[in-house]
Amino acid sequence: MADGAVPRFWREIPQRYNLIGNQCGSCMEIYFPPRESCPYCRRKSMGKMKELKLKGHGEVLTYTIIYTAPEHFEGQTPYPIAIIKLDEGPKITAQIVDCEIDDVKIGMRVQSTFRKIQEDGYIGAIYYGYKFKPVEVK
Amino acid sequence: MMRDVAIIGIGITKFGELWDKSFRNLIAEAGSKALFDSGISGSELDALYVGSMSTGRFVGQEHVGALVADWSGFAHMHIPAMRVESACASGGLAVRQGYFSVASGMNDIVVVGGVEKMTDVVGDEATDTLATGLDQEWEAFFGATFPGLYAMIATRHMHDYGTTREQLAKVAVKNHANGALNPYAQFKRAIPLEKILCSPMTAYPLGMLDCSPVSDGAAAVVLCAADKAKDYTDKPVKIIGTGQASDTLSLHGRDNICTFESTVYAGKNAYEQAKLTPEDIDVAEVHDCFTIAEILAIEDLGFVKKGEGGKAIDKKITTLDGKIPINPSGGLKAKGHPVGATGVAQIAEIVMQLRGEAGERQVKDAKIGLTHNVGAVGASCVVHILEAI
Ligand SMILES: [Zn+2]
Repeated sequence: MADGAVPRFWREIPQRYNLIGNQCGSCMEIYFPPRESCPYCRRKSMGKMKELKLKGHGEVLTYTIIYTAPEHFEGQTPYPIAIIKLDEGPKITAQIVDCEIDDVKIGMRVQSTFRKIQEDGYIGAIYYGYKFKPVEVK
Repeated sequence: MMRDVAIIGIGITKFGELWDKSFRNLIAEAGSKALFDSGISGSELDALYVGSMSTGRFVGQEHVGALVADWSGFAHMHIPAMRVESACASGGLAVRQGYFSVASGMNDIVVVGGVEKMTDVVGDEATDTLATGLDQEWEAFFGATFPGLYAMIATRHMHDYGTTREQLAKVAVKNHANGALNPYAQFKRAIPLEKILCSPMTAYPLGMLDCSPVSDGAAAVVLCAADKAKDYTDKPVKIIGTGQASDTLSLHGRDNICTFESTVYAGKNAYEQAKLTPEDIDVAEVHDCFTIAEILAIEDLGFVKKGEGGKAIDKKITTLDGKIPINPSGGLKAKGHPVGATGVAQIAEIVMQLRGEAGERQVKDAKIGLTHNVGAVGASCVVHILEAI
């Protein structure tokens, strides 16, 4: 991923920084990342997709521990990454942080946190976005 | 009405790290072997199709249809040529496009090739290029890797069905045992279970030896209207079913992480066209880019029930002399996985099996075979069913 200053990386900032998704005004299904239209309602959803901020709480559906990573992630290995089902419905892929790698389990409750995602050592660009951490037990 | 299509020739290069062979050498070699095998003369050829995933990144070359026409010696005849891309399913999809063109009656004879030259790039470039088949913005950006996504499937499969790391490793043991019998294979040697289990972790629970290698190679097949096939060969193999399906680009977009619906639907379409069920298949080449992928494939194609893929390996159902031999060629794991070549090489292997020309790895009395070619993490899939006629 070269050339960090290009719109490609600015465009996604609202979603990656603030978990902004959207909701179909016809069937009320919630999407993340936001979609142009609802795949189920199609033309009925046109003009009815409403922006929605997700709370960032969810549950780990599955996970892996990455030992061999692309260059921009090498400083982070080994790192856990998971598919998380958010309480509002959408599922997303994100790293799990602030816990031992052995503590990551299917079914664990997690919440989003704003972090550095990757860095491009060559051009010096740093990219930010969401990771998830275990929900603290009260 | 569509007409029947038969395969009248096949050609395959050795798979491996072929430092002395270029992209164009490889596809020209496979193509000329297939033409020679079919006995057709070049002037009878109506069109060329070539499947390749990422020539732009692997060898810095696009416009691959024209390149292949030229280097196969057809530029002066001005034969139309096109490249087909669907990540790791590019080869299977190229065969399907060639099939349509003959079945429709527009063409009588076409050559379909598949090729990838993956070892001309250095460092991370090969794995980074493969990862372009994932969702770059919503998976790869956050640190997901190709093996990592298959590993997430494995984690959930182990959780839901009790599949074990040993069962995953046994897929690799079986495929390496088969690959040891295949002269075209990248790894012509058996690997013991212990060694696979002890290989360094790539993405838990998958070790390095749960993953298919980076490879160079090419394969080609000649397709012909079935009613003319006997003019060229005594052993034509008919394509009796073809299916293709899509799914969400990202793995997280799906309701069930332990199944590839693209496989289920592509399989269903192919079975329906062939008027067959999974029980009718004598031999199959499935897309084992990772060990868990073969377990998923045999479940989603209906050879075993969902969740029983791991146990099927324990029961040796899928070995060369088992009830349903899977990947007699050694699969992607041992034969090698030059991505664009894979789907075409699977067809070539099944043709060898149905002709009874597979040598030491021959499946006894194989009459009907299936191929299963997956794009990246199941966002696309192509299935073919072949029958000896
Ligand atoms: Zn809707």
